[in-house]
Amino acid sequence: MSQILATAISEFRIAFRNRWVLIATGMMVLFALVLAAAGSAPTGDVGVDRLSVTVASLTSLAVYLVPLLALLMSFDAIAGEVERGTLTLLLTYPVSRLQILVGKLLAHIVILALAVTLGYGAALVVAVWSDPSAIMGITALVRLIWSSVLLGATFLGAGYALSALARRPSGAAGLAIALWLVAVVLYDLALLALIITDQGGAFTTQALPIALLANPADAFRVFNLSAGQAVAAAGGIGGAAGAIPLWQSAASLFLSPLLAITLALAAFRKVTP
Amino acid sequence: MTPTLTISQLTKRFQSVEALKQVSLTLQPGRRAALLGHNGAGKSTMMKIILGLIPFDSGEVSVCGETPGSAAARRQVAYLPENVAFHPALTGEEQISHYLALRGENPRIAPELLARVGLAHAARRRIGTYSKGMRQRVGLAQTLIGRPRLLVLDEPTSGLDPVSRRDFYDLLDGLSADGTAILLSSHALTEVEARTDSILILSGGQLVAEGSLADLRTRAALPIMLLVRPAEGHAEALVAAFPEACVGADGLLRIPCAQGEKLPLLARITAWGPQVADLDVIPPSLEDIYSYFSRRDGQ
Repeated sequence: MSQILATAISEFRIAFRNRWVLIATGMMVLFALVLAAAGSAPTGDVGVDRLSVTVASLTSLAVYLVPLLALLMSFDAIAGEVERGTLTLLLTYPVSRLQILVGKLLAHIVILALAVTLGYGAALVVAVWSDPSAIMGITALVRLIWSSVLLGATFLGAGYALSALARRPSGAAGLAIALWLVAVVLYDLALLALIITDQGGAFTTQALPIALLANPADAFRVFNLSAGQAVAAAGGIGGAAGAIPLWQSAASLFLSPLLAITLALAAFRKVTP
Repeated sequence: MTPTLTISQLTKRFQSVEALKQVSLTLQPGRRAALLGHNGAGKSTMMKIILGLIPFDSGEVSVCGETPGSAAARRQVAYLPENVAFHPALTGEEQISHYLALRGENPRIAPELLARVGLAHAARRRIGTYSKGMRQRVGLAQTLIGRPRLLVLDEPTSGLDPVSRRDFYDLLDGLSADGTAILLSSHALTEVEARTDSILILSGGQLVAEGSLADLRTRAALPIMLLVRPAEGHAEALVAAFPEACVGADGLLRIPCAQGEKLPLLARITAWGPQVADLDVIPPSLEDIYSYFSRRDGQ
């Protein structure tokens, strides 16, 4: 345990010095504020409080931004150690590869949690300031925070796995960008295309829910939209959210970080210094 | 006394290349052994196997009675890699605190360890601003953590100035007096000659020689060189008397002689009395002995 904590403290320090804490927090706050300001206009006809609407927009933001931040923080984690030549010495210490990974994960999760809490918190302040009753939506916001952290953990794990597979930071960065594009952008586009060609057939009713649960980014979106009251405000892929029971999207959210870390550990074990 | 390190019949292959062939050696507690060999002789490979960083193909390796790389072995072994590197964003003190915590020691003694390697003044500066010699000292400081029973040092004095080298060997003397066994590789043969107990020479993956310097000197039986400076006007007479000598442009007679013939030859030379102006006896240097053993096997 002390090895994990020591690794986490060192990693946090490095991320702080490299301005990662500042960049991650700054990005989240900036985008959240923009959304909060834009989202404060169309409240009247939706019939829910202002914050819930903001949460719906923040969910769409988080689907793009949280995986991106997680991958940017994690792609260097193992490849960077290999390239600097620090891994050889580290592996002669009485610390297991799992402890190293969990230590790094812990530090990066704290940074992500800090960034999303401050970012969404800024949105909360804006919403409550213009409409005090918006505080009713606080549960949705809290749910968004912890589910964002779980989503981030999944992509951190995936980033470590790519970092271990690539063994060079440049290669790992390329793989990380490819993963982000596929998981967050292309996957949804492909699903939309299939829904349109399928026209409400077997794919839309049978395969689509599974396809949405299989991608952690979609599971996150589905979870937050179906748990909140603002499904109607979302539209798009979110429209399918109602068809998936809440426990299924929650299970996907909780299991995918474990799966990602398991993959990362398997890849890391194959790295010989 | 049980040896700290035992290696028997160790063989390691990289694809078709045999990096280590049937290497056997033991290292007792408190002994300092120098591992010599040209680049690619298998020194780093052997160290990585002892540390459990890479697997081996056959043979047995036991580190403090444990399997190399096991948690129990790693707790008792410290390593200094060649060209040691650290994260440039951390300060020396933070880096050493981290290593202390990883070994379950009190992280607060980091400044003390850095002071022992002469880095007290730079402890709070980032390692990114350090010179190569300073990074090497951080590397040394981390090997002092938690009284290791085996130290594995890959070219520990590269990048250190002569004074730092002496300080470094003084540190090693203290550790070996406490019972730590030390295996170090080096290219600086003169240091190794003065500050280690035994010498291991690797060549083409084979251990071609093992023993103290005196042992190796006897075994190699390399000729001693006698340099004779004739007195003014007597050069020709001396050259005629010692047909085995070769005469250099500097007028010196170089007479090679086997170890056992040294005294009779000296008697022959001194018999010439004042016709010999000066005499030097040059024993084979460590470089000569090293070249002798590392070239013997077709290298």
